[in-house]
Amino acid sequence: MKRWMLHVANATAVFVALLALWQAIIWVFHVAPYMLPPPLAVAKALGLRLPLLLNAFAITAQEAGGGLIASILAGIAIALIFAQSRWLRRMLFPYTLLLQTVPIIAISPLILMWVGAGMPAVTLIAFIISLAPIIANVTQGLISVDENLVHLFLMHNASPAQLLFKLRLPHAVPSLFVGIRIASGLAVIGAITGELYAGSSRVGEGGLGYSILYASTQLQTDYLFALVATATVLGFGFVFLVMLFEWYFLHRWHESAREFEVD
Amino acid sequence: MSSAPAVPMIQLAGVSKQFGNGQAVLNPLDLEIEKGEFVTLLGPSGCGKSTLLKLIAGLTSPSSGTIRVDGLTPKNAREELSFIFQDPTLLPWRNVLQNVCLGLELEDVARDRRLKKAGELLELVRLEHVSTAYPRELSGGMKMRVSIARALATNPRLLLMDEPFAALDEMSRDRFNEEILRLREEQKWTAVFVTHSVAEAVFLSTRIVVLAPNPGRIHAIFPVELPSLRAATLRTTPEFDQMAAKVSRSLRGAIAG
Repeated sequence: MKRWMLHVANATAVFVALLALWQAIIWVFHVAPYMLPPPLAVAKALGLRLPLLLNAFAITAQEAGGGLIASILAGIAIALIFAQSRWLRRMLFPYTLLLQTVPIIAISPLILMWVGAGMPAVTLIAFIISLAPIIANVTQGLISVDENLVHLFLMHNASPAQLLFKLRLPHAVPSLFVGIRIASGLAVIGAITGELYAGSSRVGEGGLGYSILYASTQLQTDYLFALVATATVLGFGFVFLVMLFEWYFLHRWHESAREFEVD
Repeated sequence: MSSAPAVPMIQLAGVSKQFGNGQAVLNPLDLEIEKGEFVTLLGPSGCGKSTLLKLIAGLTSPSSGTIRVDGLTPKNAREELSFIFQDPTLLPWRNVLQNVCLGLELEDVARDRRLKKAGELLELVRLEHVSTAYPRELSGGMKMRVSIARALATNPRLLLMDEPFAALDEMSRDRFNEEILRLREEQKWTAVFVTHSVAEAVFLSTRIVVLAPNPGRIHAIFPVELPSLRAATLRTTPEFDQMAAKVSRSLRGAIAG
C-alpha cells in the first residue's frame, strides 16, 4: 500500500471516531437537537441547503480573497518604502503593530458607518486584518540581504533597480510567503467576523458569517453546523492554495518549500 | 609580464582608516603592487587586512591618503576587478549557470555572449556537469568553484580574495590553491589575497605583506623567491619550508608587537 493511502486511511478513521463520539454524547446525555444536532442532521442540512451554502461560500471567498490580494499588493508596496531607511522604519513600524493589535470587532461599526454594509466593507475588514504580517515579513526579507551580496552587486556597478529586482525582491520571496500564509488565515477570519457586523445590504443574503448569525438567531443549529463546516473548508482551501503557490515558486531553491514534499 | 608596466596595478599612498568613533583600523601606509603580482596580505585578526581589501575595491573610503587602481579611483576601476568572498555568496534562486552569469548580466553583456562566457568558465572550474543545479544541491567546495567562476567571468585584471578557502578542510584548500595558480597561469590577472595561513601565503604569492594588529600597519614585506610555475610537490621542498619559517617568525613578531 502506498504511504499516502495510509495517511488518508488514518485521517478517515479519526474522523469516523469523532462522529461516533459526537453521536454517543447525544444519546448518553439526551442533548436537545437545537443545542447539538446529531451528525446525520448536519449532513442533511449540508445536502438540503447546498445552494445557499455555496452562495455564502462564494461571497465570503470573494471578500477574503479580495482583502488578501489587496493586502499583499499594499503590503509589498509599504514594505518597499520601509526598506529604504532605518529611520523611516523606526518612525512608522509601531503603527503596523497597531494595525495588528486593534480589535477588528471594535472598529467594524466604524467601517460600517463609513463604507456602508455589504461586500466592500467586509473586504476592507479582511484587508486591514491581513495587512500587518505581509508588511512585517516582506520588510524583513528585503532588509536581511547578506552584506557581501550587496557588495558583490555594487562591485559590478549595479543600478538601484538591479539591486531591487535581482537581489532584494527575490530574496524576500520566502518571507513574503510566510507573511501570506499567516495573512490568508487572518483574511478568512476577518471576512467572517466582518460579516457579523457589516454582512449584507439585503436581508437574508450574505456570506458565511452573516448566515451563521442568521442561523443562530433562528435556532437552526443543524444549518449553523453546516455553515461552520463550510467555513472550515474555506479556511483550509485558502491555506492550501497559498501552500501550492509557495511550493511552485520555491521548491527548486528554498529549504522551507521542501517540507511540503510527501515523505 | 615581461616589460615593466608604466602604471602599477595598485597604488596606496598614506592610506589610513578610522571607524566613525575615531578608533584607528589602519595606520597610514604606502604600498604598490605591480601588474602580474600575486600579493598576499597575511596577519592576525584586527590587522585590517579585510579593510584594506575593501578600500581597494572601493567598498569603503579611506580616512586619509589616495588609492589608485590601474591609475583610476577604485570606483572607476570596478570593471577591471572582481572580488571573491570567504562565503560563496551565491544567489540561491539562481542555478549554477545563472549565478556565473550574474556579473556579466549586471554589466549588460548580451545574453548569448554571457551564456557562452559562463559556459567556458564552468568548464575551466570543471563544473559543466552541474550547470543547471541549484546552490543548495552543491557541496561547499563546488559552491566555492561557482563563486570563482563568477568572479572570473567578467575578465578581471585584478582579483581580490578575502580568505576564500578559510571554510574548507586542509586537503580541499591545498587543491584550491593549486587550482587558483592554474587559472592565473591561463588568465594572467593580478591578485591580492587575504589569509592567515602561512603555508597558503607562501604557496600562492610572489610577495607577502605581513601586517601587525591594533591598529593595522605593515610589519614586513617578503618577496617569495620560488619557481613561478608551482606544483603540489613544492610544499615538500626545503626552500618552501625555509620561506614558511621566515614568514612565521615575522608573523609572531607582528603579533607580539
